[in-house]
Amino acid sequence: MKAIQNSEQLLSVRIWRGKKDGRFVTYQVPVRDNQTVLDVVTEVQRLHEPGLSYRFACRVGVCGSCAMMVNGKPRWTCRTHVNKVIDEDVLTIEPLRNLPHIKDLVCDMAPFIDTWQKAGAPFSSTQTRSQPPAKVDPESPTRRAADASLQCINCGVCYSACDVVNWNRDYLGPAALNRAWTLVNDVRHSKRQQTFDMAFSEGGCGSCHSHGNCTRHCPIELSPSESIAGLKRLAFTGLPKEL
Amino acid sequence: MERRLFVVQRLTAMILAPLVIIHLGLILVAVRDGLTAAEILARTQGSVFWAIFYGLFVLVVAIHAPIGVRKVLKEWTELEDSTINSFCWMLALLLLVLGFRAVAAVV
Repeated sequence: MKAIQNSEQLLSVRIWRGKKDGRFVTYQVPVRDNQTVLDVVTEVQRLHEPGLSYRFACRVGVCGSCAMMVNGKPRWTCRTHVNKVIDEDVLTIEPLRNLPHIKDLVCDMAPFIDTWQKAGAPFSSTQTRSQPPAKVDPESPTRRAADASLQCINCGVCYSACDVVNWNRDYLGPAALNRAWTLVNDVRHSKRQQTFDMAFSEGGCGSCHSHGNCTRHCPIELSPSESIAGLKRLAFTGLPKEL
Repeated sequence: MERRLFVVQRLTAMILAPLVIIHLGLILVAVRDGLTAAEILARTQGSVFWAIFYGLFVLVVAIHAPIGVRKVLKEWTELEDSTINSFCWMLALLLLVLGFRAVAAVV
């Protein structure tokens, strides 16, 4: 890894073009202060390759739509500074792995979203709109367990990092199981048992090999590994009791 | 089903852990003065303890191993689930028969 300071310097960026049978194309982009990988991709598209397809929305690490493989690792490109990841002055950018490739840096997120449904992710309230909001003790063990895993924004980085997903597309993956963990600990969720059963069905948390790639790569430092371990523990004890 | 198998495999692993340690320790102790069939039989024949010990060992292995093999086959092969399940049932039976046959021979 080499720190870059000189603005005269050019950066070699290898970007995947085309579909699965595409190729890498190398572009030269000026090095700039505080440059993110998303800045580089945007500069390539604006100045060199108008046909380059990629996704982004917020540019500040809120939406999670700009995730790509950067030098072999899945990352939010908007929150990745070039000088933190550059390897021998070359930046290699590919679409997220483990998802169907559409074109250039864009992949189809549908299979990833489908895993959430298969893991029992939709919330279903125990109460109707006319009832007062449920009172949940923020210090209760179930609420604290749910809170620790709650901030996921569905970026797909963990799904892309997971080696089990890579060899077994029936595996639900870390994000969906992390979501299931928050729901089985949410006492307002009326289908906790159903969510738990779905999370433990074929391709569910029993297929996790505890490699920990999901936790290592999560941009907001959540720990799907711990959530999956929590689900596995519940296999012995059953769901936590209502408070 | 998956959850039940997951739990059973972990529970059998917990039982197996001490059994394997005792089994390995026994091998080290038993072979110190050379290993003969007569020596083994002298130790095991008529021993209720070793009959129960290895009887339990065989039973737990016959449950634990096929569940693990089933998972490996599901992950690494394209075989139908029904084929894998049948194979694992046969593996369990084979382990039971061979294991209990060996236990019966020495007690």
